[in-house]
Amino acid sequence: MRFLLRRVAFYALTAWAAITINFFIPRMLPGDPVTALLGRMQGRIDSRAEHSLRVLFGLDQDTSLWQQYVDYWGLLLRGDLGLSFTHFPTPVADIVSQSLPWTVGLVGVATVIAFVIGSLIGTFLGWRRGTWADGLLPVATFFQAVPYFWLGLITIAVFSVNLGWFPSSGSYDRGMVPAFTGEFIGSVIYYGFLPALTVVLSSVAGWVLGMRNMMVTVSSEDYVTVAHAKGLPERQVMFGYAARNAVLPQVSSFALSLGFVVGGTLIMEMVFSYQGIGYTLYQAVSTHDYPLMQGCFLVITLSVLVANMVADLAYALLDPRTRTEDR
Amino acid sequence: MNNRLMFLRNGKVITGLVILGFFTLLALLGPWIAPYDPNQVSDALLSPPSAAHWLGTDHTGRDILSQLVVGTRGVLVVGLVAGVSATVVGVLVGVTAGFVGGVGDESLSALSNMFLVIPQLPLIILIAAQLPSAGGLTVALVIGATGWAWGARVLRAQTLSLRKRDFVEAARANGERTWRLVLVEVMPNLTAVIASGFVGTVTFAVLSQVTLSFIGITPVSEWNWGTILFWAQNNLALQRGAWWWFVPAGACIALLGMALTLVNFGIDEIVNPRLRSTGLHARSLRRRGIRPRVGFTPVVREARS
Repeated sequence: MRFLLRRVAFYALTAWAAITINFFIPRMLPGDPVTALLGRMQGRIDSRAEHSLRVLFGLDQDTSLWQQYVDYWGLLLRGDLGLSFTHFPTPVADIVSQSLPWTVGLVGVATVIAFVIGSLIGTFLGWRRGTWADGLLPVATFFQAVPYFWLGLITIAVFSVNLGWFPSSGSYDRGMVPAFTGEFIGSVIYYGFLPALTVVLSSVAGWVLGMRNMMVTVSSEDYVTVAHAKGLPERQVMFGYAARNAVLPQVSSFALSLGFVVGGTLIMEMVFSYQGIGYTLYQAVSTHDYPLMQGCFLVITLSVLVANMVADLAYALLDPRTRTEDR
Repeated sequence: MNNRLMFLRNGKVITGLVILGFFTLLALLGPWIAPYDPNQVSDALLSPPSAAHWLGTDHTGRDILSQLVVGTRGVLVVGLVAGVSATVVGVLVGVTAGFVGGVGDESLSALSNMFLVIPQLPLIILIAAQLPSAGGLTVALVIGATGWAWGARVLRAQTLSLRKRDFVEAARANGERTWRLVLVEVMPNLTAVIASGFVGTVTFAVLSQVTLSFIGITPVSEWNWGTILFWAQNNLALQRGAWWWFVPAGACIALLGMALTLVNFGIDEIVNPRLRSTGLHARSLRRRGIRPRVGFTPVVREARS
C-alpha cells in the first residue's frame, strides 16, 4: 500500500512539473510570436478567448507571475487550452481530443505486439546464447539504431509506392463516414497496418535485447539450476522458471521506454499523415500555432504519465517484492 | 589493465570504433573532400546515381553525396555537444544523489525520474519550435538539458553500492575529504558506467537532431543527414521513386547508431561478466565440442604440456 501511495504521489508531482514546464517555456524563451498573431487577429477574436490566450502565454505583464500561474491553473482545470490559430476559432482542446484516440490506438496496439514478440524472441536468444542465435543480435542492433521515421519512409517506398499493397497516408478511407461498422473498422486496420508495422519493427529490438540480457543473467540463478537438476523438461524450465523472472524488469522498463516509443510514434504519424496527435503537433509546428503546440505537449505528457502509472500498478501486482520493499 | 586490453580485443568494439573513426574523418575533412558544393544547383535534375554524381542529385540538381559528406559534421558535433553536456549534468546529479543520501538523494532522484517519464522528443520539439533560431548548437544544448536523466539514474545506483564498500570506508576513516573521496575513490570505478551513458546519449542526440531536422524545426540551410531527408520528403522523393535521395542518409544514421551501440555492448560486457563469458567464445567452444548450457559458465583450461 505504501508503495502504491509513493508511486501515485510521484506521478502527481511529475504531472505538476510538466504543467509548470509548460507554463514557463513560453515565458522564458525570447521572442513574442503570440502578440504578433493576436495583433493580426484583432477584432476577429472574442475578448474571452483573447484573455485565455493572454493567460496561457504570459502576455499580461501587469499581473504578477504568481497571479498568472494561478490563472493558468484555473484555465487548465476548466479544460480551456486556448484557441488554435490555424484552425481558427476551434478550441485547442477539441482538436486534441479528436486526434488523441488515434494515437492511443496506434501506440497501444503496436506496443503490446512489440512487447510480446520482442520478449518471446529475447527469451529464445537468451536461452540459446553462445550458439547461432547470437547472430541475430546485430540485426536487432541495426533496427534499434534506425530512426523511426526513416523506417517509415522505407516501408512506404516498398509496400505502398512499389507494391501498392497499402495506402501511404491517412488513417481511413476518406469516402467513408466514421461509424462502428465492420467496413469502417476494416478500413482503419488497413490504413493503420503500415504505421503500426513500422512502430513494431523499430521498437521490438529494444525488448529483444533487454529480455535476452535478463535471460542470460537469470539463467545462472540457483533456482534455474535446481529446475534443471530436477529433470524438468527444457520448455518448462525456460518459460516457467527463467522467463517468468526475466520478464519482470521488462515490465518495469516498459514505463521508461514508453515516452521514447510515444515520441517515435509521433514522428511516424508525421510521415504517414496519420491523423493522431503527432501529426497535429507537426501541423502546429509548421504553422507556428503555439497554443496548439502547448496543448499537444500537455496532453501527450499527461497520457504518458497515466500509462506509466498503469504499468507501475501492473508491476506491483506481478512482483510481490515491490510491495514489501520500501521502493 | 587486463580489462582495458579486453576492451580492444572485443570484435564488436573494434567494428564500432572503426565505423566511428570513418565518420569522424568525414566530419573533419567533409567540406574539402566533397566532390561538389552541396548547395550548387546543376542541370542534372533528380538524376539517379552515375559516374558524375555517385549518389545522384536532388530536385534542383544538387549532389547528394556532397550533402551527405558535408552534413556529417553537423550530426557529429551535435551528438558530441549534447552527449558531453548531458553526461556532465548526469554525473553531477547522479553521483551527488548517490553519495549524499537522505533528503538530497530523494529529491534528486525524484527530479531525474521526472525527466525520465516526461516524453523527451515532444519536449525538445516544443522548446526548439519556440526558439527564434534553432541552430545545431542550440538543439544540442536543449537535447543535453533534457537527456541527462537516464545516466544520472544508473550512476546513482552504482554510487550507492560503491559508497558502502570497504575501500571507500577505509579512505573515509583515514580522514580524506569528501571531494577527494568522490573524485579519487568513487569516480574511477564509475568510468565504464559514465562511458556507456555518454555513448547512449550521443546515440539519442543524433537520432533526435536528425528527427528535428527532418520535421523542419532546425534551419533547412544547415546541412545534416536529417535536412537531406527533409528535402526528400517535401519533394515527394518516395512517390517519384528517387531511392538514392533518402536511402543513403538513413543508412548513415543507422550505421552511426549501430557503431555506437556496438561500443556500448563492449562496455556492458566489461561491466557484466556474465554477458561476456560465453558470447565472446561461442565459436571456439563449438570447435571444442562444448555445448553451452544454461546455468553453467564453461571454463576451458589448456592442459600444460
